[in-house]
Amino acid sequence: MKKLLLLGDEAFAQGALDAGISGAYGYPGTPSTEIIEYIQKNPLAVERNIHREWSTNEKTAVESALGMSYAGKRSIVTMKHVGLNVAADAFVNSAFTGANGGILVTVADDPSMHSSQNEQDSRFFAKFALIPALEPSNQQEAYEMAHYGLDFSEKYNLPVLVRFVTRLSHSRAGIERREVTDENTLKLPEDKAQFVLLPAISRRKYKGLLAKQDDLEKESENSPFNKYIDAKDKSMGIIACGLAYNYLMENYQDKECPYPILKISQYPLPRKMIEKISTECDTLLVLEDGAPVVEEMLKGYLACGLKIKGRLDGSLPRDGELNPNIVAKALGFKENELLNIPEVVTPRPPALCVGCPHIDSYKALNEALSTYEKGHVFSDIGCYTLGFLPPYQAINSCVDMGASITMAKGAADAGLYPSVAVIGDSTFTHSGMTGLLDCVLDKANVVIVILDNYVAAMTGGQDSSAFGRIEQICLGLGVAREHIRSVVPLPKNHEEMVKVFREELAYNGVSVIVPKRECVQTLAKKNRSGRA
Amino acid sequence: MKLDIILAGVGGQGILSIAAIIGTAALKNGYYLKQAEVHGMSQRGGDVQSHLRISDKPIHSDLIPMGECDMILSVEPMESLRYLPYLSPTGWLVTNSKPFVNIPNYPEMDSVIDEIKKIRNNININADDIAKELGAARSMNMVMLGAASAFMDIKVDELRTAIRDIFERKGDKVVDSNLKAFDAGLDFSNKNRA
Ligand SMILES: Cc1ncc(C[n+]2csc(CCOP(=O)(O)OP(=O)(O)O)c2C)c(N)n1
Ligand code: SF4
Repeated sequence: MKKLLLLGDEAFAQGALDAGISGAYGYPGTPSTEIIEYIQKNPLAVERNIHREWSTNEKTAVESALGMSYAGKRSIVTMKHVGLNVAADAFVNSAFTGANGGILVTVADDPSMHSSQNEQDSRFFAKFALIPALEPSNQQEAYEMAHYGLDFSEKYNLPVLVRFVTRLSHSRAGIERREVTDENTLKLPEDKAQFVLLPAISRRKYKGLLAKQDDLEKESENSPFNKYIDAKDKSMGIIACGLAYNYLMENYQDKECPYPILKISQYPLPRKMIEKISTECDTLLVLEDGAPVVEEMLKGYLACGLKIKGRLDGSLPRDGELNPNIVAKALGFKENELLNIPEVVTPRPPALCVGCPHIDSYKALNEALSTYEKGHVFSDIGCYTLGFLPPYQAINSCVDMGASITMAKGAADAGLYPSVAVIGDSTFTHSGMTGLLDCVLDKANVVIVILDNYVAAMTGGQDSSAFGRIEQICLGLGVAREHIRSVVPLPKNHEEMVKVFREELAYNGVSVIVPKRECVQTLAKKNRSGRA
Repeated sequence: MKLDIILAGVGGQGILSIAAIIGTAALKNGYYLKQAEVHGMSQRGGDVQSHLRISDKPIHSDLIPMGECDMILSVEPMESLRYLPYLSPTGWLVTNSKPFVNIPNYPEMDSVIDEIKKIRNNININADDIAKELGAARSMNMVMLGAASAFMDIKVDELRTAIRDIFERKGDKVVDSNLKAFDAGLDFSNKNRA
């Protein structure tokens, strides 16, 4: 069969389609975005009319998938690592309700923060929620794990977490497909109390969830994705999780690894295999592309057992992604002599595109605020975060989606004037609306600028749930009609925009200003496909 | 056979179109392939790179080990230097000499070219000008691919076939101008190789 050349994200998407999902839910976020984008374009998804629209945020996505699971059908949910923070309430409780139709919560972590505001390891969440986790080490496994994971989810009536990292999400390789499975038919849960988490029911369900853990461990011991590769030299055993296995094997490309290896791609940890490698070997080296989750578990707080090397003892860096060279060093190989990066090489940070509407908004905002001291603008996550950099230097915060509005409110509560929030349209509907309601209820003295470029541009121009309804939402939440101001961010409208900003800064109450103009990138893309 | 290439450039310059052609040729010949790309924030005019690995044996790491890369193929001169720690002592540095200036503190061009010339195996080609002279201004990437093909363990005819396969749906004219660009790059390297 002809191999398909797919990104890790796409391989998983194809796997999920072939495994008969009826819905894919998610909110865009690098490096997870391509999973749903692939499904949106896929002919089988179109033919089967599989749900594939973007959700408003990660929490609504997980809940929708849980609803699909209730109805007996299979689904996946996708997000980046920080999205799981947003969806955590639904995710953790879904371990208590359990699944009916199979459900895979697919989370892409970004070690080294190529495109993220923090580094966190989703395996912690799986352990925290007592949910089994899969961690593909290559594109073919990503494909296989969609089938395997959905079957597993239905076998144990539990959601399963699938953990990606950037280097797998965004790396291509040839994939072999399997046969296509039919979708599940509608079938409600047999236990009518399954999804009702009243305390009395929850207590029973919790015991059930705890009781399942032994079986989950046994499954990990027999998993096709966990492997024990024995070898003669027992002075060290190597535990390699997920992608770290590749970096290990890269160092033994043309020779055999002398040490026993335990490859782990399914959690909870396979207890018997761990016991075997730790009793047979004198020391352990733990390789993880993320946080030292397994290392910490094995080492324990007092570190009084076997000597364990990894990120906690300095054998590997404490943070950031792994690569073949870092692993080579931990294995004691001589380091290659490397050429240096010459001094002339200058950093080239990303920047707002030429003609970007955000530029005109920031220019006007900066001018309107020029009579005040600096430090009054709370912002958020999106292309417009680049407004922190020169030449704009227009914003003073970027924390988590939606935080601009609520931080501006808190600062205003503290007496800061003016207090301005700058938030993108997609971020506004993701997590800004509830904060705006807080502002309205408290009559906070804030100016909220909702940069409406029609799409979620930072992640590649996905549809925004806010499209065409921002003013309606603000009105509905109780912002006064005369203080909802639309402007068109273009150089020729600069004076008018400055005037609008100044007027609203002078108003003591909640103002919303909506600069509206499409992202030039998505506009260009549309024009190109329009011509073709 | 093992061929590890780092493709380098600036977000928006389209380095992935080069990767797609080499990848198509490699797969057609039954080679294994892994290709790590950069998506996300850096695509807004930041530095971007792609690790392209081709081998007749299964490939483990998606990332090329530092010091072992066979070629840096860059569509921008300063960017070609950013990945030098990856280059093997016998590797080739093939770069476009036309700078892409989108930062206020872009270094002196002479100092950039001096650094490129310090690399034992280097090809430094004004691919933008060559493409323009051919009347195929948008085929700069194909000039670069042609220039690099002189040092790759893949037959140039297979790359030509891949160019045809990939641009086919855009019509004969596009195929031809890309092939012309490719050949001009190849010709340059053959004349200028040390
Ligand atoms: C919880 C969470 N989910 C997703 C992301 C990824 N993300 C960052 S910016 C962004 C899109 C923002 O779109 P918008 O607010 O419209 O701003 P634009 O980029 O269009 O300027 C997304 C999805 C994130 N950082 N955090
Ligand atoms: S992608 Fe769109 S929103 Fe983002 S910087 Fe470019 S023009 Fe602006």
